[in-house]
Amino acid sequence: MSYKFHQFQVVGRGLPTESDEHPKIYRMKLWATNEVRAKSKFWYFLRKLKKVKKSNGQMLAINEIFEKNPTTIKNYGIWLRYQSRTGYHNMYKEYRDTTLNGGIEQMYTEMASRHRVRHHCIQVIKTATIPAKLCKRESTKQFHNSKIKFPLVFKKVRPPTRKLKTTYKASRPNLFV
Amino acid sequence: MPFKRYVEVGRVALVNYGKDYGKLVVIVDVIDQNRALVDAPDMVRGQMNFKRLTLTDIKIEIKRVPNKKTLIAALEAGDVKNKWENSSWGRKLIVQKKRASLNDFDRFKIMLAKIKKAGVVRQELAKLKKETA
Repeated sequence: MSYKFHQFQVVGRGLPTESDEHPKIYRMKLWATNEVRAKSKFWYFLRKLKKVKKSNGQMLAINEIFEKNPTTIKNYGIWLRYQSRTGYHNMYKEYRDTTLNGGIEQMYTEMASRHRVRHHCIQVIKTATIPAKLCKRESTKQFHNSKIKFPLVFKKVRPPTRKLKTTYKASRPNLFV
Repeated sequence: MPFKRYVEVGRVALVNYGKDYGKLVVIVDVIDQNRALVDAPDMVRGQMNFKRLTLTDIKIEIKRVPNKKTLIAALEAGDVKNKWENSSWGRKLIVQKKRASLNDFDRFKIMLAKIKKAGVVRQELAKLKKETA
């Protein structure tokens, strides 16, 4: 599964000066499509928190963070701040997925579809893996059932490869499962 | 016409699109409305969209997300391989695969066998016609 948004750990600090030999080192975990964008985002956020800019700071490390257990299902809670047409708002959203990157990607696509918010207007404040008891949204809680059972109601008939696709079919497809 | 095949833990499904096309996999957990966690003895446990799966009649007894050993044991206990290969759906797929892998000599042999079979059928038919006539 290739994800558009990758998680990076970015570590940086201000440049050492005569007054401050060992400036404080700051570390951020953030999502970006590539490393270059991650570094840029890091300076953007750090500028808002501390009096340091890219011109008088240095990047110490940037590593991509990969999912530890991509074969288990987790409930992710994501706190975000986004800019709508009228102002800034905070939001808390829940997603069920196997990886955090997958949950974040679901969040970006959902915000774009439900609220027409583009990804550069979204800031992820915090993410957490939520145990099933503490989930707040009904849409995630409905899958917390060890004996889950439902039928697939509508069968989409499609050829097994794009090559075998044809515009006209001889007979109507059978859509019953 | 109620539903007979359900998405549930232990349902065996056939992959009908993508890299794992034609494989039998077991639904091991449900992620959300569109995706399931799916496992098979020869692949890493991963997620798959229901659009890529066709449910079969076969179901095995497992708990949610078993480890690989338990899954393989449950597949043996449920006799999935034999049930699949003896079902009409499974047999059809085996025949399709065999036909696709024939070489010219095999096709020649099949042509001779078909002619022979047609000859025997026609003899029997002629015998029956003579008896009734």
